[in-house]
Amino acid sequence: MSLYSFGLEPLSCHAWNKDRTQIAVSPNNNVVHIYQGSQGKEWIKIHELTEHSGRITGIDWAPESNRIVTCASDRNAYVWTLKDGVWKPTLVLVRINRAATCVKWSPLENKFALGSGAKLISVCYFEKENDWWLSKHIKKPINSTVLSLDWHPNNMLLAAGSADLHCRIFSAYIKDIEDRPGPTPWGSKMPFGEVLLEHKECGGWVHSVSFSPSGDTLAWVSHNSAIGVADATQGKEVTQLTTGHLPLLSVLYVCETEIVAAGHDCCPYQFSYKGLGCLEFVKKVDIPKQTSKGNMSAMQHFRNLDKKATIEDEDTGLGCLHQNSITQLCLLEGGKEKVEKFSSVGLDGAMVVWEFKH
Amino acid sequence: MSKNTVADRFRRVDIDEYDENKFVDEEDGGENQLGPDETEVDSLIRQGNLMGALQAVLKNPPINTKNQNVKDRAEGLVLKVLSSFKANDIEKAVQSLDKTGVDLLMKYIYKGFEKPSDNSSAILLQWHEKALSAGGVGSIVRVLTARKTL
Repeated sequence: MSLYSFGLEPLSCHAWNKDRTQIAVSPNNNVVHIYQGSQGKEWIKIHELTEHSGRITGIDWAPESNRIVTCASDRNAYVWTLKDGVWKPTLVLVRINRAATCVKWSPLENKFALGSGAKLISVCYFEKENDWWLSKHIKKPINSTVLSLDWHPNNMLLAAGSADLHCRIFSAYIKDIEDRPGPTPWGSKMPFGEVLLEHKECGGWVHSVSFSPSGDTLAWVSHNSAIGVADATQGKEVTQLTTGHLPLLSVLYVCETEIVAAGHDCCPYQFSYKGLGCLEFVKKVDIPKQTSKGNMSAMQHFRNLDKKATIEDEDTGLGCLHQNSITQLCLLEGGKEKVEKFSSVGLDGAMVVWEFKH
Repeated sequence: MSKNTVADRFRRVDIDEYDENKFVDEEDGGENQLGPDETEVDSLIRQGNLMGALQAVLKNPPINTKNQNVKDRAEGLVLKVLSSFKANDIEKAVQSLDKTGVDLLMKYIYKGFEKPSDNSSAILLQWHEKALSAGGVGSIVRVLTARKTL
């Protein structure tokens, strides 16, 4: 586990390049900073992407094609390509009239999905003839802001969590650029915008969704401090687990049965889903700081009394690595089936790399 | 200009009511929910079976109904049961509840805080402390995020 602090500003979002030597972060403003380095060593800023005029809400870096897509509250999205060592932006016509909230490249990187406060998802793809990015909208039956998106490994299905307390799976099959998908456990008829799963009682805003490596189960975390899993192999039945913690904000599958989620409690938790009705909490991923409370000398006593007006050696930091809510978890090493390391960024401006032992 | 600034009733118009895309919660049929059974709970209290009374009063919570009387009656009944417990027995009573029971108890406790009367707040605070150690802050979060309130 290693922590790196990118400053005092909260980090809204982050994304890694293919070999994990570069990280793109946004410190809660309209700029994306790209740092070069490696874990455990210093990160040096090498690029600043400054095309947006609103706060950046989502960054995703496509590993194979090396393109970055960013979206912001200025209702725009840009696709950045590296030309001669400089990142050049291309405006994407997403046609939304509210802020964009999240963006994700599809597994094959031929399209990306953008969630927005306009109660719609914009699926964008590149049209070679006119050399621009086009978008298709998924509107029905979304009733409020789309808070999170995740793609199914088959490049066709898209899960969306939104503020209307629903978690849905849509088909994002665009017939202009790809072949018809084969049937999946979630359904077989998949025209664009088809709803394959609609779960109504998530209990709160759905902050984050994540497909399992095989795509057969979908996990989400909602604002009522609960985590839910829908299982396509069990007739799309949903298992929910309410926790005694503060709400979780981000969820990530680390292998087919283990899930890691983190949020306002400032440290990641591990959950396990082994079948219908078997969703349980496993452990906290953070190892608490070993505070050595040795005998304090008389000098220490008086020093504390003088400085802090108290004899107790109170440590006001939280007993975990992050000192504020974790906003986003990201896969770092190992591949989707067996994540070895994952990273987290939070409101404290720090990025932590966690190791996961299976 | 002075005539224009006098009228301010337009400021109190709720424009969200006129928005055709306004988000409406899905209405579940709540006409059959009558709240906990008053006679059953009363008899259990008289018999001294307080644990049983607690289980009984947490049944049939009137969350889906729009009838305010049913909700008030349910809250009053719950308060009666909670007040009849001795301070030392509260912890054991909370332990006997399952997860959904603790969440529901937390909802009733916060509902009780809204309309304090006599000694109710002190008793509710004792129950709140025990329920919090059983349900964690998550149970309080669920009181705040619940769309269907008691």
